[in-house]
Amino acid sequence: MAKVRHESAWYPLEPGETVLDGLLRQGVHVPHACRAGACQSCLMRATSGAVPEAAQVGLKDTLKARGYFLACACRPQAGTALEVAGASELRVPARIVDLESLSGDVVAVRLEVEAPFDYRAGQYVTVVREDGLARSYSLASLPREDRLELHVRLVPGGAMSGWFARDVRPGERVHVQGPAGDCFYVPGQPEAPLLLAGTGTGLAPLYGIVRDALEAGHTGPIHLFHGALEPRGLYLVDALRALAARHPNLHYRPLVLAGGDGDVEEGPLEARILASLPKRPVGWRAFLCGNPEAVLSLRKKLFLTGFSLKDIHADAFLPSTPRAGPVAGAA
Amino acid sequence: MSSVYERIGGEPAMAAAVEVFYRKVLGDDRINHFFEDVDMERQAAKQKAFLTMVCGGPSNYSGKDMRAGHKHLVERGLNATHFDAVVGHLKETLEELGVPAELVGQVMAVAEGARADVLNR
Repeated sequence: MAKVRHESAWYPLEPGETVLDGLLRQGVHVPHACRAGACQSCLMRATSGAVPEAAQVGLKDTLKARGYFLACACRPQAGTALEVAGASELRVPARIVDLESLSGDVVAVRLEVEAPFDYRAGQYVTVVREDGLARSYSLASLPREDRLELHVRLVPGGAMSGWFARDVRPGERVHVQGPAGDCFYVPGQPEAPLLLAGTGTGLAPLYGIVRDALEAGHTGPIHLFHGALEPRGLYLVDALRALAARHPNLHYRPLVLAGGDGDVEEGPLEARILASLPKRPVGWRAFLCGNPEAVLSLRKKLFLTGFSLKDIHADAFLPSTPRAGPVAGAA
Repeated sequence: MSSVYERIGGEPAMAAAVEVFYRKVLGDDRINHFFEDVDMERQAAKQKAFLTMVCGGPSNYSGKDMRAGHKHLVERGLNATHFDAVVGHLKETLEELGVPAELVGQVMAVAEGARADVLNR
């Protein structure tokens, strides 16, 4: 049996149980969301004892070296005695300064961080509420802008999104942890064609990435596809059309599955993207964000058409997963 | 004598070969269901390790690992036809990258030697 010490008490783990599940089961409060090792909400630090390598996959080397690990991916071997602490020192206080409805079910949440906060446009952060509720959101803002901007989709019954929609008033305090993720623009090869494709609030990181690339002087064609089920699922349409009007190399294509008209194209996102590519897309770079099935399917298709794996940056938005089992949608 | 791995350019050659090889395997409906993986980087890394092994490069694979690593696929129906298809893609990959026929032959012999372990016979 492995055991975990947290704030001066020892907690036994069941065989094969993760540190996150073991602590939650025994009443310890640990922020968490995706439970799949992606969102990094459940980051903790081992103050004594070794964590399995698998618990540090995807973490920055600087965090690994300091003993940080993901509690949801940490299954200590039998006999391990691990002493852990929360990662509160990695969280910076922030204030919600503005909420703006972008569409029927998407709200822009803008935050001011009260400490220096380095990130790349397109990365994601975890917002931690005072009571420990945590959710990850991609950043739609640029580092040079004063505020962090998140696009929050209102999920029926969603704990955090419901709170944003109903209860939050400007001035509300939260903590922000991160950033994480490697879906961002890297300067260099300014003539390379870029493909940006997202569904729903997958537009958030792309909105950051496209502006980042343009400001960095990217001259190659940038194809931005935004897919939604129907026209009311699209947002920032006017802002992106205006951006494309100012930058002839930006080609913005909003796309819906149903209800399209002269203004908005109708059709399946993946097929339209593939049809728009040259026969051999050499030197292209892709950024794919949003619905996991759409992102993973498109990544595979792009690889098969000739994209190099290293040139495909994919950010699949995983739903938060409550302890009772995998139930999608409570973001 | 130096290995095929060294003679065709070592690790950079494997890095180039793995994308060509993985693309062929993933595009082949006879076998791609054995290679579907949400984590494409991990799958590509596995295939790079395989290419490195059959080319005689640094490898930690043993026959026992080969058996254990493919057991669940054999249970899902992996058979000699699938093995032949993969070996065919391997051969095409090396040929496309300009590897001399003599060296391709050596790699084919190593791959053939793994048949019994891969198919758990």
